[in-house]
Amino acid sequence: MAQARISAGRSIAAHAVLITYTLIALFPVFVILINSFKSRKAIFAEPLALPTRETFDLIGYTTVLKQGDFFGYFQNSMIVTVASLFFVLLFGAMAAFALSEYRFRGNLLTGLYLALGIMIPIRLGTVAILELMVASGLVNTLMALILVYTAQGLPLAVFILSEFMKQVSDDLKNAGRVDGLSEYTIFFRLVLPLVRPAMATVAVFTMIPIWNDLWFPLILAPAESVKTITLGSQVFIGQFVTNWNAVLAALSLAILPVLVLYLIFSRQLIRGITAGAVK
Amino acid sequence: MGALTLTGVTKSFGTVNVIKGVDLTVQEGEFCVFVGPSGCGKSTLLRIIAGLEDATAGEVAINGRRVNEVAPARREIAMVFQSYALYPHLTVRDNMGLALKQAGVARADITASVDRAADMLALGPLLDRRPAELSGGQRQRVAIGRAIVRRPRLFLFDEPLSNLDAALRVATRIEIARLHRQLGATMIYVTHDQIEAMTLADRIVVLRAGKVEQVGAPMELYNNPVNTFVAGFIGSPQMNFLKAGALGMRSDTMGVRPEHIALSRDSGQIAGTVSHVEKLGGETLVYVNTPTQGLLTVRLFGEHDYAVDETAYLTPDPARAFHFDADGLRLRQGG
Ligand SMILES: Nc1ncnc2c1ncn2[C@@H]1O[C@H](COP(=O)(O)OP(=O)(O)OP(=O)(O)O)[C@@H](O)[C@H]1O
Ligand SMILES: [Mg+2]
Repeated sequence: MAQARISAGRSIAAHAVLITYTLIALFPVFVILINSFKSRKAIFAEPLALPTRETFDLIGYTTVLKQGDFFGYFQNSMIVTVASLFFVLLFGAMAAFALSEYRFRGNLLTGLYLALGIMIPIRLGTVAILELMVASGLVNTLMALILVYTAQGLPLAVFILSEFMKQVSDDLKNAGRVDGLSEYTIFFRLVLPLVRPAMATVAVFTMIPIWNDLWFPLILAPAESVKTITLGSQVFIGQFVTNWNAVLAALSLAILPVLVLYLIFSRQLIRGITAGAVK
Repeated sequence: MGALTLTGVTKSFGTVNVIKGVDLTVQEGEFCVFVGPSGCGKSTLLRIIAGLEDATAGEVAINGRRVNEVAPARREIAMVFQSYALYPHLTVRDNMGLALKQAGVARADITASVDRAADMLALGPLLDRRPAELSGGQRQRVAIGRAIVRRPRLFLFDEPLSNLDAALRVATRIEIARLHRQLGATMIYVTHDQIEAMTLADRIVVLRAGKVEQVGAPMELYNNPVNTFVAGFIGSPQMNFLKAGALGMRSDTMGVRPEHIALSRDSGQIAGTVSHVEKLGGETLVYVNTPTQGLLTVRLFGEHDYAVDETAYLTPDPARAFHFDADGLRLRQGG
């Protein structure tokens, strides 16, 4: 009895904390959303009010959709994010598998070297990266961004995934070897499905900073045809006047795809087919 | 030429020497059991035979062919793991058929082989389920079925029953014995369990710290252990080791199995007090604390009423006693 009451109390406290945190985290998003549907005057008059019949205005969205190649930007962001994510997950998982599965000289050192990237921000190397991209003729291409973001995402991916891969049953992998599966099949068919929740976690952590990044698009790919949505939205922020309707509308639209990707991955977080593999 | 020959096999992990030179020949069709205390290298040795671990030195030959450089899948072996290790995303049928599919066997032949193995193990109704939908015992039967389907020259079992409960363990043990008779294949079986070792084995290999202590038929090890380690390891409850000097004998240690000590309330060679009694129905185990020899175990058949703290006298049967020298080696002429 006492046990049950204590845990109920704890669970209420935990939920209170989590709900508070959720509200705080969602508040700016909420403000952006409601204001994106208001007229300019209403935004400044009462920023926290919901749009009413008088203040409701779609001017922000029409501006965004008319001015600039908004869908192009959108597409660029999508390509960069999805491609980087794909490479980070693929190479990250492969490196993690090698580090956790095989004993070879320098295993530990390689792991540490790869983990170093977690602590050293990639932006410190911006100048060198720019020189490299100029030299290889990749400036103003989406490829430049994909390469940089892949490099940026790999350290954390390798670090997290190798921890999870160490926990995959050795017996299962060995059973595969005795049955004649190649190391690639063992990796793709046996190990990857079992670390899917970890992959989803890595995907979420990798995806958000890429989608939101302004730094590298501005430096490496500022041309109109390869602008990402974050960079594209900047046209509405002027030195003297800022078109707040348009900025808010662009931001609201930019939330959508991340939300969709997040929903896809978070389903994987919850799922898991480990049960029944080993005792 | 045996089904399996190990010659001077050693294995080191870094600087740690885990297998320290093992020579062993297993005959065609033999059921060979590896026993030994935890960490003595049983699993490592089995993995070396399977090819999942490389031997640091020495040669592994299966059916007369050196296989040190041969991949596990090409050694004509099948392995059953302690943790079942079924593929979670495949049905029972696909789990069992995967190795044949990898080997490029025609689909109809795979189906036939799987069905035959499923018949042997009564797995028919489970063929379309996934591992998650099976009980522990069923999973282990599937794992055994997966091994049978491949028709290997050599079966390797690594403590296959240790995750099962007592009743299932007995049932599966009998099933494995039946399979061995039916298939006539060579089997190597690792276990901690005395009873599994004694009941299944044609030959038992006792390992200690990476070395073979003794190889022999179960009864040979029981009746003729070469040293105190084997004598203490085979047989349950453990053999009593007495200081032979105190009994007026020339050997250093005298080993007597609990069933070879007579217990009396009135007179005997060694006096002591009863410290604990375990009644198991068919037999009674009496633990007697003696001032000269420490705690000794006596195994009596049937039901006996000894009270704790009661005085009791023990008399070892000299004809059934084993004598060992100071290094624990067996002396053939009793002291
Ligand atoms: N990959 C490894 N790296 C380093 N040491 C290892 C490795 N695998 C096993 N060992 C060591 O080798 C020794 C033998 O291990 P092994 O698993 O063969 O023991 P075992 O006899 O099967 O024990 P158990 O009965 O507990 O299963 C142990 O001391 C273990 O710590
Ligand atoms: Mg083991």
